[in-house]
Amino acid sequence: MINYGKHIILFFICIFIQVLVFDGINFGGYIDPYFYVFFILVLPMETRKWTLLFTSFLLGLGVDLFSNTIGMHAAAATFMAYMRPKVIQYLSSRRDYDAGMQPLIRDMGFRWFFSYSFILVLLHHITLFFIEVFRFSEFLTTLYRAGISTLATLLVIILTQYLFFYKKKRR
Amino acid sequence: MRYLLALLKRFHFFFFFLLLEVIAVLLIVRHTNYQRATIINATNELTGGVYSTFTGVTEYFSLKQTNERLTREYAELKNVSPGAYYVSDTGSFYVNDSLFKRQFRYRPAEIIAKTIDKRNNYLMMNKGSRMGVAKDMGVVSHNGIVGIVVGVSKNYCSVMSLLHKQSRISAKLKKNNQLGSVVWNGMDYRHATLNDIPNHVNINIGDTVITSGYSFIFPSNIMIGTVKKVELPPGENFYDITIALSTDFSVIRHGYIIENLMQQEQRKLQGETTDD
Repeated sequence: MINYGKHIILFFICIFIQVLVFDGINFGGYIDPYFYVFFILVLPMETRKWTLLFTSFLLGLGVDLFSNTIGMHAAAATFMAYMRPKVIQYLSSRRDYDAGMQPLIRDMGFRWFFSYSFILVLLHHITLFFIEVFRFSEFLTTLYRAGISTLATLLVIILTQYLFFYKKKRR
Repeated sequence: MRYLLALLKRFHFFFFFLLLEVIAVLLIVRHTNYQRATIINATNELTGGVYSTFTGVTEYFSLKQTNERLTREYAELKNVSPGAYYVSDTGSFYVNDSLFKRQFRYRPAEIIAKTIDKRNNYLMMNKGSRMGVAKDMGVVSHNGIVGIVVGVSKNYCSVMSLLHKQSRISAKLKKNNQLGSVVWNGMDYRHATLNDIPNHVNINIGDTVITSGYSFIFPSNIMIGTVKKVELPPGENFYDITIALSTDFSVIRHGYIIENLMQQEQRKLQGETTDD
């Protein structure tokens, strides 16, 4: 059973935190954490693929509205959502997961979550940065920027998990 | 037909994905053409309102710096006010006021949103068409050039920062008026590149780069930055010059929007003379 209310609130929190906090922060000139993809990462396992794609599209569009990049985040987020089921399948081919599980460190373990989010966030960032630059002449620079930002985003996402999503397990 | 339906059913996820991506790409393409696209989204009253509220709160954190800056500017203004000058005998000379026709009008505005770490950066400022701001006006801060207005709504305007793929500012060296152009290579918000300076020109580190005034947007002699690194690639006729920008894009909060009151006339004349 999916808790819809919680996810709708998380949707808006992700957009506003991205726009008001993370768009204002930059480490060392060009490191850009795109925290909002957190929402796409943590949607429950049994979310229907259609819902997954469409909410991701809306999420990207929401961020776009504020950052003057109309369509870019939407395209990257949709691509990420499209890849998500494939990555989950690839990573958990031997492992079963229960219906109520979310792809979190709490439920899946650190190593699983790290590879899962690393692949997806990297895909998202590469797509986003290449759409933004829109030319291949700065190929290595763009790749470098995408890679560095991926690490920043991952760091923030993993910290968020330990801060806000870890309580239940201890009981 | 049944086969087609079966195909659709089998790959519906992929098709839905394609549909959404096509929508996104259409949005990007329409928007990338930044001159024609009215930047509805950036200058939209909703996002502007959210940013205004947020800036209203965060502004308190920089009150101290703002005050310091204000006192500094106040002192500068005091320096040029009539009281600061020795009044000479007015009978001995005469000033013909019609010699000075006003060309540039400055409007102060506050930056309510900005980015500096993207490849293409924009700022949003809290003055719009209601206050007379229009497209193609220049924006400067108190220590240098900032960007060009590319979209306006009623109360907000969107400014293409100097830190943008498409920005190209006509510039010159202060010491010998050698003309060049300043572009941004996308790495570091503190540095930009000065192009088109031929290799016979004498150039040193620390030379001042200012606007040329040939663009109809910025007045001449506005500070852009200072030369930081000069290289002459073998076999090239032009220098590779890195300049340190005088505007610190990471801290600016206020700026002045410059209206060129004669821009229309200049553009009209240029159109007449280049068409044939």
